Amino acid sequence: MNLFFHLGRYFILIKRVFSKPEKMSVYGKQMVHEIDNIGISSLPIIAIISFFMGGVITIQSAFGFTSPLVPLYAVGFTVRESMLLEFCPTIVCLILAGKMGSNIASEIGSMRITEQIDALEIMGINSAGYLILPKILAGVLILPFLIAISMFLGIFGGYVMGIATHACSAYEYIFGIQYGFEPWKLYYSFTKVITFAFLITSISSYFGYYTHGGALEVGKSSTSAVVYSSILILIFNFLLTQLFLT
Amino acid sequence: MIEIKRISKSFGDRLVVDDVSFTFEQGKTNLIIGESGSGKTTIMKLMVGLHEIDKGEILYDGLNFPTLEVKEKQEVRKKIGMLFQGGALFDSQTLEQNVRFPLDMFTDMSPAEKIDRVNFCLEKVQLSGKNDLYPGELSGGMKKRAALARAISNSPQYLFCDEPNSGLDPKTSIVIDNLIQSLTHEFNITTIVITHDMNSVVEIGEKVLYIYKGKPWWTGNGKDILKTTNPELLDFVFASGFMKEVFNAVKEKNG
Repeated sequence: MNLFFHLGRYFILIKRVFSKPEKMSVYGKQMVHEIDNIGISSLPIIAIISFFMGGVITIQSAFGFTSPLVPLYAVGFTVRESMLLEFCPTIVCLILAGKMGSNIASEIGSMRITEQIDALEIMGINSAGYLILPKILAGVLILPFLIAISMFLGIFGGYVMGIATHACSAYEYIFGIQYGFEPWKLYYSFTKVITFAFLITSISSYFGYYTHGGALEVGKSSTSAVVYSSILILIFNFLLTQLFLT
Repeated sequence: MIEIKRISKSFGDRLVVDDVSFTFEQGKTNLIIGESGSGKTTIMKLMVGLHEIDKGEILYDGLNFPTLEVKEKQEVRKKIGMLFQGGALFDSQTLEQNVRFPLDMFTDMSPAEKIDRVNFCLEKVQLSGKNDLYPGELSGGMKKRAALARAISNSPQYLFCDEPNSGLDPKTSIVIDNLIQSLTHEFNITTIVITHDMNSVVEIGEKVLYIYKGKPWWTGNGKDILKTTNPELLDFVFASGFMKEVFNAVKEKNG
């Protein structure tokens, strides 16, 4: 029953979020602010993680491919496939669910307990739309760019580490990352990213919006936002993978 | 003018507001007073639509607010200014942005006109030149005044103030009270103030509704309250030993 209660309330909130904005220009400015707040500020952490993960996958692949039957360009191929199909769209989004999710839920939750949301409602503003819509749009717009940067840095990190540790040659690596490339895989990856961006921003906003009580409850909302966003990312990852790859 | 007619509200089995009727007059400071937990804040939340009433009518100049469609409610709410107990200023915005916010959302004023209006409102609440400060940099009294500036920025017809003096020293409380009253008279606003500050009641209470256990118990004005014989109200007004002593001393002096 609890699940149905939350599902019902979530969809009612989403309906309110997507109702007509009072003033587009104000929402637009808010969205630009959110792109910076929840998107651009995540770039350093994504860059560091992606670069080193690319490097680690290169070294592990080279270490694992001991058979002379497996060519060394397979290292580049493995890094590309790992980064494009799973690490960047899914694992990086899981990391972002932690960072963005707690940020969004605590921000909206704090506004709820300090009556700022009531103040918006009394002014005649659709508080759900004003607070949540710019966050969802910002997330859906900026995350594909962040993930594209993550993919590039992951593959680049693999190249740098591969050369530095003599795991493979530059030629083999570059040949590997081009080998058997199928562009539709990018379509699959970015479909996942856009779906996950919507899930992270909307679920975190939901938990923040319905916070009741004080600072302790804001903390609980943040935790719930991260936990449920992560679980739903994993479930939708499975569903989308099943849909695209079978 | 706002009229509430026989409104009731329960939370679960607990009846919090029980058959309350009252008329809040335009151009006057109308006070709702009562002990903590008596239901006065709930009445205000029912009036602005933050809670739904179980029974009764809330009429904003004849419009029955609870029965309006969402869009119609939003139109009425655009005419409402509200001062929350904690101020409810937007933390991420400067004072200027906070006061300008209703203007950004609901008017087509030019940026220069908006700045003029913001400066006018800040001057009214004696916060001129504090435009670039954030709420976190303001004292309790300044926050209340800033929230009052935001509440009046879009020229509201109805002003709600939820315990505007809570947490403030007596001097600052008087400043806030005087501000509320002068704004009410100057702009002919229907003002509703929730309070249990007896200074405010006597000083600015042009029309007072005393709520006792969710029921309307006494009505009158701030001066009448000192002459009341209503035992519950007397108990509320002279709850502190200090107030009792002052009252007895005045009575003895006057014979």
